[in-house]
Amino acid sequence: MPEGIAAILNALPYLLQGSFVTIVVVIGAMALGLVMGVPFAVGQVYGGPIVRRVIGVYVWFFRGVPLLVLLFLFYFGLCSLLDINLSAFTVAIIVLGSISSAYQSQIFRGTILSLPEGQLKAARALGMSDTRAIVFVIIPQALRLSIPAWSNEYSIVLKDSAVTYALGVAEIMARTHFVATRTYQHLPLYLAAGVIYLLLTYLGVKALRMIESGTRIPGYTR
Amino acid sequence: MDELLFLQDEVVPALLKGLRVSILLIVPSAFFGLFIGILVGALRVYGSRPVVFAADIYVTLFRGIPLVVQLFIWYFGLPYLGIYLSPFTASIVGFSLCSGAYHSEYIRGALKSIKRGQMLAAQALGFSKFQMVVSVILPQGLRRALPGCGNEIIYLIKYSSLAYMVTCIELTGEAKILASHSFKYTEVYLAAGGFYLGLVSIAGWILHRLERRVAIPGFEHHRG
Repeated sequence: MPEGIAAILNALPYLLQGSFVTIVVVIGAMALGLVMGVPFAVGQVYGGPIVRRVIGVYVWFFRGVPLLVLLFLFYFGLCSLLDINLSAFTVAIIVLGSISSAYQSQIFRGTILSLPEGQLKAARALGMSDTRAIVFVIIPQALRLSIPAWSNEYSIVLKDSAVTYALGVAEIMARTHFVATRTYQHLPLYLAAGVIYLLLTYLGVKALRMIESGTRIPGYTR
Repeated sequence: MDELLFLQDEVVPALLKGLRVSILLIVPSAFFGLFIGILVGALRVYGSRPVVFAADIYVTLFRGIPLVVQLFIWYFGLPYLGIYLSPFTASIVGFSLCSGAYHSEYIRGALKSIKRGQMLAAQALGFSKFQMVVSVILPQGLRRALPGCGNEIIYLIKYSSLAYMVTCIELTGEAKILASHSFKYTEVYLAAGGFYLGLVSIAGWILHRLERRVAIPGFEHHRG
C-alpha cells in the first residue's frame, strides 16, 4: 500500500492537469447543449408538427444510442467521410454536447410547460410578438427553474466525459490509465481518480446551487 | 449494391453475435441491479442508523464515480488484491453495483411516498416490521418506482457498451473490430447505433406495457 500512496502523490499534479481538461470538456459540452437545447425545447413546445417531429427524431436518436458508439461514429466515421479533420478533444465536446442538448431540451420543455399560461397571454396583451414574449418572458423564467435539473445533467455529463478516454482525450481517466499501466498501482490510482470525480461533482453542484440562489428573483415564488 | 451485400453478409452477422453477448450482459445486470436496489432502498428507509449510513455511502460512491472508472477498478484494480475477474464477470459486477445504487434512489423515494396510514394499518393488524415492509409497502412502492427503474434499465442498455473498454467484446466491440477491418466506420457504427436504438425501443415498450399491466385500478400514482 505505501507504494500505492506514493504513486498517487507522484501522479497527482498530472491527474489534476487532466481534471482541467475534463472541466473544459464538460463546460464546453454543457454550453453547446444549452445553446442547442433551448431552441429545441421552444420548437417542441411552440413549433408546428414538422418541427416537432424533426426535433423528436433528433432527441430519440441521441438519447437512444450509447455515447461510446456515437464517439466512434463521429470520430472514425463521419469525420473521415466528410473529410474534416477534428481533434479527439473537439469531437468529445461535440458529441457530449449533442447528447446533452437532447436531454437538456427535455428539461427546458418541462419547465416551459410548467409556467402558467397567463404569462404568454399577459405578454400578448402588452402587444409583444410571440417571439419577443418567448425570448423575454418565457425563457428567462424557464432557465431559472431548470437549474436543479441542470445540476443533475452536469453530474451525468461529468461522468460521461470519462468515456472520451476511448478517443484518447487526455482527461483524468486517460491519464490515470497511463500512469497505472506504468506503475502497476492500478487500484490506488483508480480510487484516486474516483475521488477526483466525486470532488468535481460536489463542487459543480455546489456552484450551481449558488447560481440558483444568485439568480432568484426576490419575492417571486411559485 | 456492394453496400447492401456488405451489410447483409458481414455487418448483420457480426453485430448479431455481439448483440447476444450484450443481452447476456444486460439481463443479469438488470436483475442483480434491481435486487440490490430493492434491498438497499428498503434498508435506507427502514434500517437502523449504521445501516442507513453504510447504504448512503454505497450509493454516493457508486453514483458519483463514473462507470468507466468503476469497471476499471473491477477489472484492472482487483488483481492488485489478488482477485482476477474475467472481462465478462467484471462488467456484470460493475453494471449491477452501479445500477443498484441508482435503483435504490428510485425505490427509496417510492417507499417514502407511501402513506403512513398503510403502515399504521399493517401494525394494527399485527404485522411485524419485516412482514409490513415485504407484503404491504414494497408491492405498492415498487409499482411507483417502476417508471424510474425502467429508465435506469434503459440507461443500463446504453452503458453496456462500456464493457468494450474492459475488453469484453459485445455489440460495440464487434462493431469496432469489423469497422477497423473493413474501414467502413460510418456504416458499421450507424448499424450498431440502430441495434441499440432497437434494443432501447423494445425495452421501453415492454416496460410501458409492464407498468400498465401491474397498475392497481384506483391506486395509480398521479404524475405531472
